[in-house]
Amino acid sequence: MKIAISSRGKDLDSPIDPRFGRAPYLIIVDTDSLEFEAVDNGANMNAFKGAGIQAAAAVSKKGAKALLTGHCGPKAFQALEAAQIKVANDVSGTVRDAVAAYNEGNVSFSDNPNTDAHW
Amino acid sequence: MIISVASGKGGTGKTTIATNLACSYEGSVQFLDCDVEEPNAHLFIRPDIHDVETIRTPVPEVDMEKCTLCGKCSEICQFNAIAVLGETVLPFPELCHSCGGCMAVCPEKAITETGRELGIIERGSRKGMAFIHGKLRIGEAMAPPLIRKVRENIRPDVLTIIDAPPGTSCPVIASMKGADFVLLVTEPTPFGLYDLKLALGAVKLLGIPCGLVINRSDIGDDHVRAYAEAEKVPVLMEITFARKIAEAYSRGEMPVETDDHWKAMFRELYSRIAAIVQTPIEKTG
Repeated sequence: MKIAISSRGKDLDSPIDPRFGRAPYLIIVDTDSLEFEAVDNGANMNAFKGAGIQAAAAVSKKGAKALLTGHCGPKAFQALEAAQIKVANDVSGTVRDAVAAYNEGNVSFSDNPNTDAHW
Repeated sequence: MIISVASGKGGTGKTTIATNLACSYEGSVQFLDCDVEEPNAHLFIRPDIHDVETIRTPVPEVDMEKCTLCGKCSEICQFNAIAVLGETVLPFPELCHSCGGCMAVCPEKAITETGRELGIIERGSRKGMAFIHGKLRIGEAMAPPLIRKVRENIRPDVLTIIDAPPGTSCPVIASMKGADFVLLVTEPTPFGLYDLKLALGAVKLLGIPCGLVINRSDIGDDHVRAYAEAEKVPVLMEITFARKIAEAYSRGEMPVETDDHWKAMFRELYSRIAAIVQTPIEKTG
């Protein structure tokens, strides 16, 4: 299964970026094979508004079924919910750590956004 | 003629100047309170409100029966207000600027417009003066479309006084654009001067003739006057810090209602503005 992780860099050893919408990269990882793709999120990093929504659309397009990140705001959460993507907030460490935690069943999925909207 | 009363800094006396200017005018006048986030001119003008209109702005609604998830709506949207997510398309009405782009590019004609409430417009009158103001819905982020709706009520044949919001951002521009004159109200303090510079910058961008009212003119320092002189902005009126005005204000009264001296001062202010507006514009670069 594919999952998405917000990341500061392009590979599995990059630290997780706690921001979802404005993370520089979204790493799409196959949880079985650890094959991954780094999606450049640079355009959203500088978006005026709605970065989280576009990041959610990108994650959905890549076919990921879950997102591991630090903070997820209400609009991004609503978008991910519409795309039927589960969200785990408060995930930290490297991308590799996060995938391992996911595979061991050590991430908890959230029912709510955990940060406020940006105005 | 349209006169917009503006200021960079809040609390300089815009509403006091605008309401007294309007109420001292002898001919037909209409008053537009365009400070739709916090309108307060009605507290002084005390109009009888005749009608209330709810103002909406168009936002997209997607018919998922027709939608093929092509994503063209989301590509054209500059505000990320519509997104294709899995098997659905989700509009975010609070981010939408109502440009209609998504509707125009949808090859399946799956998008129609529905309304997001911006707020209300109330129309009324007082002793022959027409009064119109907008009240932005609490939680609504976009004031300019509501301000433009308030301004649609302008009758070109009568004097129009616009009470603008403070600052220099979009709602202020929406309240000044197209005016014949901008009256900037300031106070002679470092705060007044700093924000006056910003406001004057905005007025210059719009190319509208302007003049200055210095309120509480006997406090602070002379830097505002020096700045006005250097920028060739005429000081059209100075109001000293007077207990009598503060008392009238605290009761929601306008000095021109009860005091002929103030009435004469505000009529003189209007005459000076009219003289500037009627003078052919000299190109000074």
